[in-house]
Amino acid sequence: MRLFSKKQRRILPGFGLSMGYTVFYLSAIVLVPLSTIVVSAFGIEPERFIAAVSSPRVLASYRLSLSSACFAALFDAGAGFLTAWTLTRYRFPGRRMLDAFVDLPFALPTAVAGICFAMLYSPAALPGQVLARFGIELANTPSGIVVALIFIGFPFVVRTVQPVIAELETEIEEAAQSLGATRWQTFRKILFPHLFPALLTGVTLAFARSIGEYGSVIFIAGNLPFRTEIAPLMIMSKLDQFDYDGASAVAFVLLLASFAILLLLNGVQRWQEKAYR
Amino acid sequence: MQQRKNNTTAKSRTHAKNDPAAMQALLVGMTLLFFAGFIFMPLWLVFLQALGKGWQPYIDAIREPVALEALRLTLLTAAIVVPVNAVFGVTAAWAISKFSFKGKTLLVSLLDLPFAVSPVIAGLIFVLLLGSRTPLGSWLGDHGIKIIFATPGIVIATLFITFPFVARELIPLMEAQGRVEEEAAISLGAGGWRLFRMITLPNIGWGLIYGMVLCTARSIGEFGAVSVVSGHIRGMTNTIPLHVEILYSEYNYTASFAVASILVFLALVTIGVKTALEQRLEGSHNTRH
Repeated sequence: MRLFSKKQRRILPGFGLSMGYTVFYLSAIVLVPLSTIVVSAFGIEPERFIAAVSSPRVLASYRLSLSSACFAALFDAGAGFLTAWTLTRYRFPGRRMLDAFVDLPFALPTAVAGICFAMLYSPAALPGQVLARFGIELANTPSGIVVALIFIGFPFVVRTVQPVIAELETEIEEAAQSLGATRWQTFRKILFPHLFPALLTGVTLAFARSIGEYGSVIFIAGNLPFRTEIAPLMIMSKLDQFDYDGASAVAFVLLLASFAILLLLNGVQRWQEKAYR
Repeated sequence: MQQRKNNTTAKSRTHAKNDPAAMQALLVGMTLLFFAGFIFMPLWLVFLQALGKGWQPYIDAIREPVALEALRLTLLTAAIVVPVNAVFGVTAAWAISKFSFKGKTLLVSLLDLPFAVSPVIAGLIFVLLLGSRTPLGSWLGDHGIKIIFATPGIVIATLFITFPFVARELIPLMEAQGRVEEEAAISLGAGGWRLFRMITLPNIGWGLIYGMVLCTARSIGEFGAVSVVSGHIRGMTNTIPLHVEILYSEYNYTASFAVASILVFLALVTIGVKTALEQRLEGSHNTRH
């Protein structure tokens, strides 16, 4: 077996060259630059590191980033699942256009999304005034941050769930219904458990993206200390004050959180693969 | 991230009968409501704000020298970043999809690393590596090369941000195609370059363009990482998204949204091209199997 794979390796040319360049470029652009965070964070004395990441203002920003990303991901779970379902299962005019516009948050620069939401929900614009009449204020509040993050995370959920809904087999549903299950029972007991791993993957992706998101959030957030400062903004403001150690410390913790989420996602995906077997 | 939608076949038409019409109408209505609030309202606002005071202020904002300089820098960055990352993407996809080796899973997950990193951190790492107070940065500075707070820094940070796009598009495509055609060409005496040009490139063409479109869109729109490394020097290190931010923070809303409308237009073009390419990719996929 080993001999066979070695022989196959030699049939096509360019393994050494392509592999060498891949590893070189990956190291130069990604691995070496990323390692500076680790080097820099470990270069700080432990007391100063802990002081930097546990100051009340930084802790408040971590809490805000995690909680707003969490609320946004939960909302996206609902909105994304609904959209994936209607786009895949129903036929209605404008369906193809909606399907294409699911990708708008991927394609639209985050700064543009940021100024749009900030403007829409400011007291100067109609949507902001309408919501204010109901006592809902989004500009310069954590809820506003959640709104921006809902936009950013939405396509992750739709694009992960959509292919799985499209591949659902009619036979299972028909079998359930011929055995006397109601439509709701079929959905709850047969379809939803089958779609759940994909939904969880999409929601985790949206959550991971939201934790680090910057451009779409800072405009609507208003960046009030202790109230609406997100973690990436803390890194930014420490950099503006030339506090490179502080910025590295805050970034190191945020990076650890992102990697932990991605490891979790890896576990979810393995479980998903098993579920389909 | 960019999973392609599966073809909705005639099968799903029969599904629809299972849900009562009233429920379908309700769910479609809710979907439309979400799109109206979160997708179409922001788009509509951009043009409302940009053109609210007529065409003249709009044209003035776009033709302002600082805006044109920002546009030039944005396009220059994309013109460097997209080809470099496309070459890397093809190379990496070739190594990963056509050969078997130890550590492949690890390599593939390392390729996705930039997606897991906050844009602000992506900028920070290059300040830590190449800034004037680091050994490497000060050595470069002594030789008259300025990277951070200058154009090269913007290019490098954008290279990092858009690093995975082409590779992650090509790897599954080339893995699905296998190596039979290439092996046949080699056994018939084709050389390496000829093999690539005549067999591999035509096979991956649309997938490559798809990846490059996504890469272009992201490199034009990148904000956080570029904001960290640029230093916000007007007319020097301003890209279009940074220019939008500066105008907005100066309460110059008409100009800000006018310049932003260029980015919205590019985003709409991206969506259009992406949709067209997806249909084409699906088509070629279906004839292949």
